[in-house]
Amino acid sequence: MATKKLSFIVRSLPYKTEASRLALTHAIASQTVEIYLNDGDLVEASISYVGDGVLNCLKGQQGMKHYGITTIEGHAKNTLLLDMRVLICKEDLEKFGLSEGNIVMDAEDIGGETSAKIVAYSEIQKEMETADHILVC
Amino acid sequence: MGKLTIGTFSSLVGSLSLDFAVKLAEAAVKKGHKVDFWMSGNATMLAKKGQKAFKDYSFLAKPIQELIATGNFQICACEACAEARGYHKEDCPDGFIRKSMDWYLASTFDADRVLHIGGD
Repeated sequence: MATKKLSFIVRSLPYKTEASRLALTHAIASQTVEIYLNDGDLVEASISYVGDGVLNCLKGQQGMKHYGITTIEGHAKNTLLLDMRVLICKEDLEKFGLSEGNIVMDAEDIGGETSAKIVAYSEIQKEMETADHILVC
Repeated sequence: MGKLTIGTFSSLVGSLSLDFAVKLAEAAVKKGHKVDFWMSGNATMLAKKGQKAFKDYSFLAKPIQELIATGNFQICACEACAEARGYHKEDCPDGFIRKSMDWYLASTFDADRVLHIGGD
């Protein structure tokens, strides 16, 4: 029995490429990975938003209205609904003039109980250091 | 010998990141390692048969078939990413696998190293 920690680092802009969306969908896929593993083995994903990637967390995205696709905001909420550890870089949020009120911090409206954490980059560095593998998207 | 899992989102021809990933896989297999190669997003274009070689574009179909023939290389495309791009199981070259994203995460479980190229 073992658990492998994967740290997804989201640094890409939302919608410009598919990368940040894929980061979230891959992280969410950790929920069904057991079908490939031995009993008791797990893969645990965390998500950290850094640099331009913090813009993926903005509230009020209109992906469906403008592109006819689900929003990254919706995926971000799903990761919280699934109790994933979500970290958002404080320094990078501040660079964009953003704060807790502008971004997705919880998924209470869909029944989620976990909240995202705004943390200093040093905390995200620690998250990467404790991960078995880092996946930068 | 070890196991390397490579994941990439980078597009075929439009980016040389996919070429780099294939070359790395070749080097690893040549040294006796096993390689799992995962493609999501635009990278799934590599899992489309009928690619033609032109001197202005990279041509990865041949090295991939050679890698598959070694028995130490698995290559898998994200099924949803491929379907969204309009190609289906019958469009996949021989030896390629199509699965959902959890295949990739499962591959990382016992990998000695994971290299993820998460951009175009």
